[in-house]
Amino acid sequence: MTMTSEPSGLPARKFRERYPLLALILQRLGLSAVLLLAVSVLIFAGVEALPGDFATTYLGQSATPQAVENIRSQLGLDRPVTTRYFEWLGNALQGDFGTSWASRNSVSEQIGNRLGNSLFLAFFAALVSVPLAIALGMVSVHFRNRVPDKVINVISLAAISLPEFFIGYLLILFFAVNLGIATFPATVFEGMSFVDRLKAIALPAATLVLVVLAHMMRMTRAAILSVMSSAYMETAELKGLGAFRAIVKHAAPNAIAPIVNVVALNLAYLVVGVVVVEVVFVYPGMGQYMVDAVTVRDMPVVQACGLIFAAFYILLNMLADIIAIVANPRLRHPR
Amino acid sequence: MRLRDIPITAWIGIAGIVLAFIFAIFAPWLAPHGESEIVAGVWEPMGNTYLLGTDNLGRDLLSRVIYGARTTLFVALAATIISFSLGILLSFTAAVSRGIIDTVFSRFNDLMMSIPTLIFALVVLAVLPQNLLILILVMAVLDSTRVYRLGRAVALDVAVMEFVEAAKLRGEGRLWIIFREILPNTLSPLLAEFGLRFAFSILFLSTLSFLGLGIQPPAADWGGMVKDNKDGIIFGIPAALVPGGAIAALAICVNLVVDWLLKRTSSLKGGRGDA
Amino acid sequence: MPELLSIRNLKIEATSYPPGEPPKRVTIVDGVSLDLEKGKVLGLIGESGAGKSTIGLSALAYGRGGAEITGGEVLLDGQNILAMGKGGIRKVRGARVCYVAQSAAAAFNPAHKLGDQVIEASVRHGLMTREKARERALYLFRVLGLPNPEGFGDRFPHQVSGGQLQRAMTAMALCSNPELIVFDEPTTALDVTTQIDVLAAIKHAIEETHTAALYITHDLAVVAQISDDIMVLRHGKTVEYGTARQIIEEPRQDYTRALVNVRQTGKEEAQDQSGTLLKVENITAGYPNGFKVLHDVSLHLPKGQTLAVVGESGSGKSTLARVITGLLPPLSGTVTFDGKPMSAALSGRSRDDLRRIQLIYQMADTAMNPRQTVRDIIGRPLTFYYGLRGAAKTARVKELLEQIEMASGFVDRYPAELSGGQKQRVAIARALAAKPELILCDEPTSALDPLVAEGILKLLMRLQEESQLSYVFITHDIAIVRAIADSVAVMHRGKLVRFGQKRTVLSPPFDDYTDLLLKSVPEMEIGWLERVLATRRMESAGN
Repeated sequence: MTMTSEPSGLPARKFRERYPLLALILQRLGLSAVLLLAVSVLIFAGVEALPGDFATTYLGQSATPQAVENIRSQLGLDRPVTTRYFEWLGNALQGDFGTSWASRNSVSEQIGNRLGNSLFLAFFAALVSVPLAIALGMVSVHFRNRVPDKVINVISLAAISLPEFFIGYLLILFFAVNLGIATFPATVFEGMSFVDRLKAIALPAATLVLVVLAHMMRMTRAAILSVMSSAYMETAELKGLGAFRAIVKHAAPNAIAPIVNVVALNLAYLVVGVVVVEVVFVYPGMGQYMVDAVTVRDMPVVQACGLIFAAFYILLNMLADIIAIVANPRLRHPR
Repeated sequence: MRLRDIPITAWIGIAGIVLAFIFAIFAPWLAPHGESEIVAGVWEPMGNTYLLGTDNLGRDLLSRVIYGARTTLFVALAATIISFSLGILLSFTAAVSRGIIDTVFSRFNDLMMSIPTLIFALVVLAVLPQNLLILILVMAVLDSTRVYRLGRAVALDVAVMEFVEAAKLRGEGRLWIIFREILPNTLSPLLAEFGLRFAFSILFLSTLSFLGLGIQPPAADWGGMVKDNKDGIIFGIPAALVPGGAIAALAICVNLVVDWLLKRTSSLKGGRGDA
Repeated sequence: MPELLSIRNLKIEATSYPPGEPPKRVTIVDGVSLDLEKGKVLGLIGESGAGKSTIGLSALAYGRGGAEITGGEVLLDGQNILAMGKGGIRKVRGARVCYVAQSAAAAFNPAHKLGDQVIEASVRHGLMTREKARERALYLFRVLGLPNPEGFGDRFPHQVSGGQLQRAMTAMALCSNPELIVFDEPTTALDVTTQIDVLAAIKHAIEETHTAALYITHDLAVVAQISDDIMVLRHGKTVEYGTARQIIEEPRQDYTRALVNVRQTGKEEAQDQSGTLLKVENITAGYPNGFKVLHDVSLHLPKGQTLAVVGESGSGKSTLARVITGLLPPLSGTVTFDGKPMSAALSGRSRDDLRRIQLIYQMADTAMNPRQTVRDIIGRPLTFYYGLRGAAKTARVKELLEQIEMASGFVDRYPAELSGGQKQRVAIARALAAKPELILCDEPTSALDPLVAEGILKLLMRLQEESQLSYVFITHDIAIVRAIADSVAVMHRGKLVRFGQKRTVLSPPFDDYTDLLLKSVPEMEIGWLERVLATRRMESAGN
């Protein structure tokens, strides 16, 4: 098993042997960049594959050939695909997503505000759900296979089966309509005070919490359980260590990585979860913007929103991977 | 395995699924009114005449829920079966062949999975014409990426076993190895995964319909019915919650059965693993 | 002198959950009693499932995987530790009684340095200050012969070798100056040349610190080197209990005698070197990443004879088998079978080529499809190579079962319903069904208990006599080589270090590695370890 680090000929291999952690992180960063690029191609190409022509769709069936031709050159559709792709990508990287077909406004301006709103919502949902999920997961492990664990299991199973809109309308009916203690729809606007904003997002955030909580809790439970059943926990017990010391000193350092990984994965889920919740609560975020754009086939908006959502998703997944890499003692302390 | 070893939660799940299928199959005989027949005023309350009340156009809600079971179950099941066949076929081929085929399939799958399912579906449905076949195919293709990931992991676990190597050494062909050596040993995790994908398809279809991108009116489908009736909520009319509850109940039932199947295969997987 | 550890009438039960059946209670240990004086070593020996580890852990009042101590007493210095309660038992564990696990690699926490883990129990129990504990750890690292003892404690578990980890675990157990240490198969996972060093280190450390020990193993020859007393266990019950000398030299029970005398099979090596069946020439093989596992290996095997390929893990012996079968195409070199050059890759060999060479695996469990019955498993080659179906196939399957000494009632059983030895017999029958000329046996007996393994070896030799089969027998066990081989190939780190007729290979003058290998195999003899160590010291003094 002893592996003396023999000098090897290839410089790349040497680097990887000497700094395996750094090498893996760089590799993961590179992979994410490639994925993002590939996703942009996929989204762009998907829209290109639209049967018929943008311009025809845009003008409707009654358009004269001349009008179609005008629109085509106006939108720049008469130029080659690759040129348009690189132009679109180049502009997107600088934060310019073009002009909406429906409103003729700049897409970036529209998105700027809405992205902030969506992140605000997701942030507060995460703030509540992450500690709650980890705590519930620990409770569940503590009472493993006993009544509280089984109750939590059945409830969380039910919770992952509920569609977001069902939870949302249930909360609206109960808290906003019957009790009148919450506001609906969740309108936010420029110059609104922070407290009012919080009030407005109370119900949508609660919905998101419920949606993501059960998931995160079940994954946390599984992560902790796999650590608790490892041989070194038996060693700790046979050393006569108390349960508290064993958990803090021996389980925790090994469990943190998988749990943080679970959290990052669920945050990625949260970013997507906002789409439906925003539609339910008529909340002016990215999700609703994208759904509206899809209904009227406003392609620049669909492309921009799709790319931004995918980027967040890829970044959070990358973060989850990098955390797992950093937490691995084998990589942190190479031979 | 004996029937009494099945836990009560799994029995509840099985009963619920059977009930939904009975609704779907015998809808014309079970429903008191027609699917799009306007029978009374808008949003009549629940009562003796209309057990669950009426909807935003004055149609009988109970009848629409029963008919809706047809659409929802049919589309979800069709999408799941296609996604499953596609995912399993590709993943098993990759696991048995290894090498370049495996690499190409898996990299492409990673790419597909790096876009969240719902966002991907929104982009694609913005482009494609809206009809039932395309909806099913889009759902199936997107979902098959998840099946592929699990299928490949499960198949690889078995494919590295020595009895598979023994079959290769004997000179057996690829089909024998996939269907006779690997598949029988992966049935129970795959069965659980099928349930999981089915539950996800129900939720996904409902979500798309709710957003107005799934089943198109006047056909009744549970997600679409929520959309139709959502404006009643502000007036305290719970009509939207009836189809919503039906979706939730069916998904819970499927997940209860899946949970039992997963425990039997003693898998430690936590969530439904998708987004 | 009062006993340090005294176990009275111990009974341990567990609940098992057989698939498809209601849970049932099983007795793992039944009515076992033993005594251990201060500073002495008691060996617990038995096959898998004999309950020896469970007894060992009872000295820490611990039941693994749902095992419950339901009867009897465990007295430590006259005090029943089973009646101590949680707080009391915690003071015993890690302070007065310590445990050394079989797999130190899993038992160490990957997140902490070895030094911190070694001293943890001593410090936490308030037995010594951190500084004192560090000093003691350093002393123990020296006693156990660990390389660079000063820096050893700063390393992480994954940074040291398996043999070193096992010694670190021993240091961890010794650190708190316990009265008793339970060693649970501490050398089983190690290679034979590493085993002797760890064994010597453990023996030396026990003597140096005057600690008593329970030494658990399945290898009677190992336990004979280290124990004062030996208890032989079978199915959770005591078979025989006496001094080490009495057990080894005058066993009283049939079962013990069988364990001591196992491997009395032997055969005269064949002299005839004509009629070469298999010829391997200049094989160099490795993996796509450029890592070479075999370097320029050449050997040959006459018809109807056995070639034993012996070596430790990582020697490349299994890779050689994979090259011969075509599973791993070599980078260079050729395999010739019955005068015909074999295609390097599996896909290039004809169905008949494949039929003529069969392979038997070490783990019969994973070598058979758990979803197929014995009829399917043995019957498939009959259908595949000979087109047999229906009644003709079943008849032939029954014939083959008879050949491997199993009743025809087994045809409808699944592998899970067979014992370890029966599974390996079915695997042999599957190979025989193809009517091969060469069978490659990859450690077919090393996962089996010694008496069962003996039965398999006898079967293989009878089959060879009856049908002129040739074997390439891969093993790490010199005793098996002595018993069954005609010619021998010794492999080390991917190179063939010695090859020839058995008598030549196993007689001096030796090369260094073969010498080390032969001397490292424990012999069923009291005082063998001391003798070997003394010779080593003389040799190093002579140099």
